[in-house]
Amino acid sequence: MNEWIYVALFMIVGAIIPIGAIVAGFIFGPKKPNPIKQSTYECGIEPVGDVWVQFKAQYYIFALVFLVFDVEAVFLFPWAVKLGQLGLYAVVEGIVFISILIVGLVYTWRKGMLEWS
Amino acid sequence: MNFWTDPLKVAAEWLEGILTGWGMDAIFAHVLVVFLGVLLLITILMVLDIFLVWIERKVVSRFQDRIGPNRVGPYGLIQPFADIIKLIIKEDTTPDGADKVVYNLAPILSMMSVLIVWAVVPIAPVILGTDLNVGVLFLIAAGAIGTLSIIMAGWSSNNKFALIGGFRQVAMMVAFEIPMLTMLLIPTIFAGSMNMNAIIQAQGSIWYFFLSPLGTLIFLIAVIAELGRAPFDLAEGESELVAGYNTEYSGMKFGMFYAGELLHAMTFGGIWGILFFGGYRFFGLEQVSPFLAVLIFLAKALIGYWVIMWVKYTMMRIRIDQMLAFNWMFLTPLSFVLLMVTALANALLAGTSIWVYGIGMFASNIILGWVALEIVRSYSRKEREKLEGPRKVAEAHH
Repeated sequence: MNEWIYVALFMIVGAIIPIGAIVAGFIFGPKKPNPIKQSTYECGIEPVGDVWVQFKAQYYIFALVFLVFDVEAVFLFPWAVKLGQLGLYAVVEGIVFISILIVGLVYTWRKGMLEWS
Repeated sequence: MNFWTDPLKVAAEWLEGILTGWGMDAIFAHVLVVFLGVLLLITILMVLDIFLVWIERKVVSRFQDRIGPNRVGPYGLIQPFADIIKLIIKEDTTPDGADKVVYNLAPILSMMSVLIVWAVVPIAPVILGTDLNVGVLFLIAAGAIGTLSIIMAGWSSNNKFALIGGFRQVAMMVAFEIPMLTMLLIPTIFAGSMNMNAIIQAQGSIWYFFLSPLGTLIFLIAVIAELGRAPFDLAEGESELVAGYNTEYSGMKFGMFYAGELLHAMTFGGIWGILFFGGYRFFGLEQVSPFLAVLIFLAKALIGYWVIMWVKYTMMRIRIDQMLAFNWMFLTPLSFVLLMVTALANALLAGTSIWVYGIGMFASNIILGWVALEIVRSYSRKEREKLEGPRKVAEAHH
């Protein structure tokens, strides 16, 4: 448990240092806002339209494909740790598991979902 | 045990003795000492980060045949401090319509995601943050916070360039996380542990670079993409997206993104060294003194950082469709095949001598890399012939 106290302290101090730097910038910097300065940067012209619009659906598909492989890591890490003790049988099991994932990747690929159109 | 063989423990026990001597509760004294240790490590990292600005600028100058900063202080060493003062006295602007909470949180998380990686980095055999038994998974978790900070910055800025830059960067980071994650499994298989220190200890007889040269290369490519550095810096393609996700940030908030990126590069240089080049180990020199081990680790981290800079200033930026195709259609399948080959070879060669094991591993990696390159080459030849027609070699004789 002691180790996680250390990690928690690290996260707290790791957040305090950048907060301190930003607050220092806030204190020492000038504060002279005006409407033109506050407007979003669009190469010097007036901003046109809304920013939070529909985005390219391709990003969503990549995120889904990523999720499949990211979740798989949860299963593969314990497998990798104990691989030395488990012998050939576990290796074959792992290869079957990874092959199923690759079939999924190939399916996505065949469907043309990995192409950036 | 004295200060020169185990400095952290001696210092901690000395401090705890003083604090409990003042009548402080033992647990509270322990937590306070750990807190001071964390503060010390992070302060050293931030000072190192300041000098990284100088190193980066000096190195890029040399690559571009310039001299670089050389006016402020000897060799321009004081330049980054001048830059910090400038960043602090800059106005801190927030664009209209920005999501203020998320906008302010993003640079903090960006810096924090880099700093917390050092909680599990073994700097020397006895100088390390914490001996977490899931250290490798912790790296991935910390990296996920970095990804989050970028999409937060891009989305909350209320700026189209920032939004597109953020999307691109995140698409790239999540894509290249797959090969990176898979390559993290390879040292885990060899060492039989996710503990970073155990991975280094297991490299006593042979560096994992020699067991998995292809894995080392794939890890480096994935790391460069994770960092968003050239050739994968399309999130900041300045001719199209101004500065990508941090377009709207000014002053110290921009400084946090910038410093975070540099420290991230150096951190991953160090992790590359830990996973594949033996970390603080160097032919038994690390046994002499922990201070020597720190120097060895630092040297390896800076060499890794230099390699990342070398790639950055040599390669040109690639397009997003090329980048994603390269990852999903080449690097991801290759890294999974490499993982399967490594697991199989590891089981088949178990129990053989280190020489047979090493040569078998090395050869399997080289053969796999060569086969993968041949497949890509024949595919690109087919694509080229589709566009240009078959090569007319025979015509030359008529």
